Amino acid sequence: MQFMLLFSRQGKLRLQKWYVPLSDKEKKKITRELVQTVLARKPKMCCFLEWRDLKIVYKRYASLYFCCAIEDQDNELITLEIIHRYVELLDKYFGSVCELDIIFNFEKAYFILDEFLLGGEAQETSKKNVLKAIEQADLLQEASVCLHAGFPPSVLSESFLCSLDIAGVFRRVKLD
Amino acid sequence: MPAVSKGDGMRGLAVFISDIRNCKSKEAEVKRINKELANIRSKFKGDKSLDGYSKRKYVCKLLFIFLLGHDIDFGHMEAVNLLSSNKYTEKQIGYLFISVLVNSNSDLIRLINNAIKNDLSSRYPVFMKLALHCIANVGSREMAEAFVQEIPRILVAGDTMDSVKQSAALCLLRLHRTSPDLVTMGELTSRVVHLLNDQHLGVVTAATSLIIAMAQKNPEELKVSIPLAVGRLGRIVIPAASDLQDYAYYFVPAPWLSVKLLRLLQCYPPPEDDSVRSRLAECLESILNKAQEPPKSKKVQHSNAKYAVLFEAISLIIHYDSDPGLLVRACNQLGQFLQHRETNLRYLALESMCTLASSEFSHEAVKTHIETVISALKTERDVSVRQRAVDLLYAMCDRSNAKQIVAELLDYLETADYSIREEIVLKVAVIAEKYAVDYAWYVDTILNLIRIAGDHVSEEVWYRVIQIVISREEVQGYAAKTVFEALQAPACHENLVKVGGYILGEFGNLIAGDPRSSPLVQFNLLHSKFHLCSVPTRALLLSTYIKFINLFPEIKVTIQDVLRSSSQIRNSDVELQQRAVEYLRLSCVANTDVLATVLEEMPPFLERESSILSKLKKRKGPGLLPEQEDSPKDKNTGVNGTVESASLSPLSADLLGLSSTSSQSSSSSAPRGSLLVDIFADNQSPVPEAAAAPVATENFSKFVCKNSGVLFENQMLQIGLKSEFRQNLGRLHVFYGNKTSMQFLDFSPSVVCHDVNVHAKSVDPVVNGGAQLQQMFNIECISDFQEAPSLNIQFRYGGTLQNIGFKLPVTLNKFFQPTEMSSQEFFQRWKQLSIPQQEVQKIFKAKNPMDMDVTKAKIAGFGVALLDQVDPNPSNFVGAGIIHTKTTQVGCLMRLEPNTQAQMYRLTLRTSRDSVSQQLCELLSDQF
Repeated sequence: MQFMLLFSRQGKLRLQKWYVPLSDKEKKKITRELVQTVLARKPKMCCFLEWRDLKIVYKRYASLYFCCAIEDQDNELITLEIIHRYVELLDKYFGSVCELDIIFNFEKAYFILDEFLLGGEAQETSKKNVLKAIEQADLLQEASVCLHAGFPPSVLSESFLCSLDIAGVFRRVKLD
Repeated sequence: MPAVSKGDGMRGLAVFISDIRNCKSKEAEVKRINKELANIRSKFKGDKSLDGYSKRKYVCKLLFIFLLGHDIDFGHMEAVNLLSSNKYTEKQIGYLFISVLVNSNSDLIRLINNAIKNDLSSRYPVFMKLALHCIANVGSREMAEAFVQEIPRILVAGDTMDSVKQSAALCLLRLHRTSPDLVTMGELTSRVVHLLNDQHLGVVTAATSLIIAMAQKNPEELKVSIPLAVGRLGRIVIPAASDLQDYAYYFVPAPWLSVKLLRLLQCYPPPEDDSVRSRLAECLESILNKAQEPPKSKKVQHSNAKYAVLFEAISLIIHYDSDPGLLVRACNQLGQFLQHRETNLRYLALESMCTLASSEFSHEAVKTHIETVISALKTERDVSVRQRAVDLLYAMCDRSNAKQIVAELLDYLETADYSIREEIVLKVAVIAEKYAVDYAWYVDTILNLIRIAGDHVSEEVWYRVIQIVISREEVQGYAAKTVFEALQAPACHENLVKVGGYILGEFGNLIAGDPRSSPLVQFNLLHSKFHLCSVPTRALLLSTYIKFINLFPEIKVTIQDVLRSSSQIRNSDVELQQRAVEYLRLSCVANTDVLATVLEEMPPFLERESSILSKLKKRKGPGLLPEQEDSPKDKNTGVNGTVESASLSPLSADLLGLSSTSSQSSSSSAPRGSLLVDIFADNQSPVPEAAAAPVATENFSKFVCKNSGVLFENQMLQIGLKSEFRQNLGRLHVFYGNKTSMQFLDFSPSVVCHDVNVHAKSVDPVVNGGAQLQQMFNIECISDFQEAPSLNIQFRYGGTLQNIGFKLPVTLNKFFQPTEMSSQEFFQRWKQLSIPQQEVQKIFKAKNPMDMDVTKAKIAGFGVALLDQVDPNPSNFVGAGIIHTKTTQVGCLMRLEPNTQAQMYRLTLRTSRDSVSQQLCELLSDQF
């Protein structure tokens, strides 16, 4: 896999992961082009398309598009399921994930992705094992956060996040 | 997991993010960000040292700002501080920042590498993993240099945790991709490969990706992975009820790993070991069988994962291209998918079938789905699926269905999406040319292309139709008539005006007899379009007009008036003005003879590969082209003799060399046809019927530069030859084919020779009707020679004694051994051979079209090594070799200088022996 992009229906980039070295300028150009291309497609169209010399595999979950660029010899269907597994992981971790979780906890989204995919290839495909690794890390965090910040983590609850969401864009990612 | 346990609440960060989200405009957002940047900068610069939490919060804010698309040029140092901390949370954010915002600041890199080094040797696996993730995310050369020794050891060490091994494997993969020269496993290779047997499926999954990359780089060394991969695959896909626990995905056992293992196997040819091969066959059968079983779940994830493995298995089957049974099964399976309700599967089936179409075993099976594919073209709602359908139609096209496919594509072109029109045009043009049986159809097709999608017809396409019309006499009249009719349309595309102008300028005379298309009518028709056209087209039309003056003297005055009009002769465009002035002057001063010479009909074009094909290849990888016709292993070609054998060569993909009517065509294209057969007959098996060239006499000189083909043929007998030479020894296999239905009796070939030793194996004196007899000759070259051995054959056919004699193609150059040498060496030796007798030079006229690739092939076939970049002039050919005879060895240097303008060659040979120079020059100069 060469890169993975998450963006909203409004075209806002929510997460980007590049597995090939590219300049920032190129990354922006690719993102712009691709977001446009994918958003222009209709719902029932197929999830694959050719783009430059790459194959794009994308899927929409609620208001979020998950979009991967793979090489010619790579397998489209299994990439589609990579996306799905990542969504499952986010869902399990955040407890019914929505776009806002990813916005406010973008660093978590990156950490989970790193546990699942590394260098563009599946590192650990077992859902249980990935979540176990993240949980472990969180336990380490809990300890240090409470020590350093001086307030309990429960302050940052889901309802707190909702109260911050003035724009009202609060959609859950649907798993089908 | 409840949301509350998400760990670190960084309230400041959440507030900042929500502020940004509330910004009503881009300006407000930028303002808020600038405010925050100033704040962070002052915090970082402030003399009060920040605690870890604040540093983490600010670094996170910077990261967020960067991910919004703003530039960040500070904070790296703070991030490095964080990742050097021994608190996990700080480390994690520090690494994340560095992974996303890599900076090539060398001091920084040193610090980062130091921290990574510490973490790699940490006793906490979580720290090791963070470090490995960072290396894998950054993947820079500096990191590769620093850690390429360390990581393989972590990967194979017995006490490394499984999850760390997984990170280490993929970290190495990333470094392998970015700095392949640095990553060498050395003696650890075998232990890495044996990770395929690891108990932990996660480790196997990660390691397989690495092993694939290693196998692509060092196939030989990684060969041991084949049986391991097959074994592993078998344990996943074959058991009826395998329990892989977490590694089953929607009831599909380890789909990711299965796909990767199948990918790994695609780095290799089919396994040589019988037991491995049959085990793999079982796996593939099992995967194909499972596709037919009822689904274990209605979820799309189940079928996607199942079919992901299936498609990868089909890729492997296509890659092997050796088992017709599996190929046809694969094709049938894909055929079912063509009508599946899932768009994704239809798309993939079309894509996969394109590659199946290029296999000789499944090409026919693919063709049976033509109707489905055509209906996909008409009914699919997604343009990317329709695009795949176009590709597949192109891939499955051959002589039998070309007309239908072209008709369908033309039909589709009328409504096709603009984004794919040009490609369809190119494809239709290539198919129409490649499989044209009659040229009228070809001309009609191209004119249709221009009519339907004129804007998308690139120059290559209309250049090509003109080249072909000019080179094929039989279609010229038809073409003139057709373009004339097409030009009658009130609004026709400018490309049509170009084609029409050019063709009428050349061949308008062929239809001028008809009063409806008299010279004046033709001229007025073209001129009525003139003012609507762009400058280049007008320039072309002006040339057509001057050609008309030559073709039709009766309308000279009319045309001169047009040329003289101020809109032409004073045109503001320099090119048009110059043409008008010059053509007018030419028509006034030149007499008819001069005009006829200057404006003579264009000679046939000498060109090999269709420029359209090369354009299409440029647009798409070569994989999408229907190669099956070009591949030398195609065995279905014998029937049409020369025609098909010519079409075997990729060079003859154009019509010029590929016509069943080549004998009637214009004189200059006739020798081309046979020339193609000559050069590429080497691809053919020597069995005579495979190369049933229409040779009625002996072909001695053709065999100077090649070693197999048809040597002799008449109504009764066909003699094929295959020969091989090594140093001063040679072996000839001669095949005598009885073309009659009666026996040849007392069949006795005998060899006469003076200069070389020939030992003939004895043969059976009877050759049955329709049968073939093979004879072997051993040859030894004693010293350099001129006269080739001759073969006399006597036999009785129906009571009469037949006598046939001809020379065996054993020539001095057969005993060449090619010698590679540098430019310096070559010229040094060239100077050493400076005695006048040692050099023989000959200047001669080209008998065949002067084509660089053909010449190269001939020189290589002659036996010398073709030396590139020796001659300062790149169009010259320079070669070197050693002639081996029993008594001596003779070094030879040669140089061939083509002069395409004069259609002449100069050939120079220098060898240490004058008779050799003489003889080689004679032999080679006869070849061009």
